[in-house]
Amino acid sequence: MIIIVDYGMGNLGSILNMLKKVGIPDAKVSSLPSDIERADKLILPGVGAFDTGMQRLRETGLIGLLNEKVLSAKTPTLGVCLGMQLLTKFSEEGQLPGLGWIDAETVRFRFDPMKTGLKIPHMGWNTVKVSQPGTLFLDMYDEPRFYFVHSFHVVSHNPDDVVAVTEYGYEFASVIQHGHIMAAQFHPEKSHKFGMKLYKNFVEYA
Amino acid sequence: MLMPRIMPCLLLKDGGLVKTVKFKNPGYIGDPINAIRIYNEKEVDELIFLDITATIEKRDPPYQKLTEIASECFMPVTYGGGVRDVETIRHILSLGIEKVSVNSYAVENPDFVRAAADRFGSSTIVASIDVRKKLFGQYEVVIDGGRKGTGFDPVTFAVKMEQMGAGEILLNSVERDGTQKGYDIDLIKSVTGAVGIPVIACGGAGQVEDFSAAVADGGASACAAGSMFVYYGTNRAVLITFPERRKLEEALKPGGDVSG
Repeated sequence: MIIIVDYGMGNLGSILNMLKKVGIPDAKVSSLPSDIERADKLILPGVGAFDTGMQRLRETGLIGLLNEKVLSAKTPTLGVCLGMQLLTKFSEEGQLPGLGWIDAETVRFRFDPMKTGLKIPHMGWNTVKVSQPGTLFLDMYDEPRFYFVHSFHVVSHNPDDVVAVTEYGYEFASVIQHGHIMAAQFHPEKSHKFGMKLYKNFVEYA
Repeated sequence: MLMPRIMPCLLLKDGGLVKTVKFKNPGYIGDPINAIRIYNEKEVDELIFLDITATIEKRDPPYQKLTEIASECFMPVTYGGGVRDVETIRHILSLGIEKVSVNSYAVENPDFVRAAADRFGSSTIVASIDVRKKLFGQYEVVIDGGRKGTGFDPVTFAVKMEQMGAGEILLNSVERDGTQKGYDIDLIKSVTGAVGIPVIACGGAGQVEDFSAAVADGGASACAAGSMFVYYGTNRAVLITFPERRKLEEALKPGGDVSG
């Protein structure tokens, strides 16, 4: 069973709706240890601030169990938006350490909005340049584009982990995969057929 | 490349879709779910749903309808109408709606916008501002579906909404609503020049060139339209539609236009 980890941050309903659309009727939103224990796959969603996210995650008391599921049991995991950033070691947005499941950090967009004319947050549909198909871009539609809303982005310390980049001021890693741990900065659940295909690829990953 | 977002702005009344002209005479368009299925096929960037009578009838948002809407929308969705407390926003977001817009109540109680932005993040909260032109050409923010003046100037009010933590401004011109005569570029320009957050132009779009004007001349980050995406032809026959992506890309690329 696919468990969408509920720690009070993020758009759980839309991920559930998207999973139903790709033929997974029994995915479940949960913060119960018993559900997480028997999950075949995990999705870590998230919208909002880094520290609030980490704080809420701590309050659920699930971090130990999640570490075990992801790092020891190697349960395939997908981080989405803030959920991607929480997988990193730390973020310039906050003080609390991240989960540190991937060798990466989260940084603020490094350009001056006044000089570049680019607004922060980066909001709207943008394209991605896929550097390696990884799991999530297998048989992807041509010219994939996705819906983004974020002010911070992930910098990987391991270039091999970067699956796709997106241009906003400069190129940043929009999709990362390190073995069974995957993450997307955009919202695939709100990205039409492109997002459907991405979730389908995650669901079918074995 | 990041493209300016183009979004249908759809009005709900008694569970059905309607379209107004200058905020009046709501004409029935059809069932929202049918419209969403077509917009999914057309891969629209985003959708806005506004319940135009929730505030004046002093009732809750139509949660059941929003549940159905959210389960069909595979693009971001904003809902507005009758939003007056944090619990209402939490409920709406839990259904799978991304953003909530606040309009009349933001005028009565601007601190509510701050409370909502603190709780749910700025990118979730849209300040919806309806504007009408007064006798001598001055602009005024209006509430209660355009029924009531507030004495606020839209630029001052937009700046206040940004300070309160709103992540976007949906700027709607009452005079242009439903006319398809083009956006009020002066109004859009005055607001985009004063705030740093994205402004969604709304009211008056009739053709793709109007989007180019709102973005290039007005400085809008996104364009919303109603009539253009629900009517066809001069007789305003109902037809749920959306321009082809190539046509939008051509019109919206920097320095681009669709002529020739």
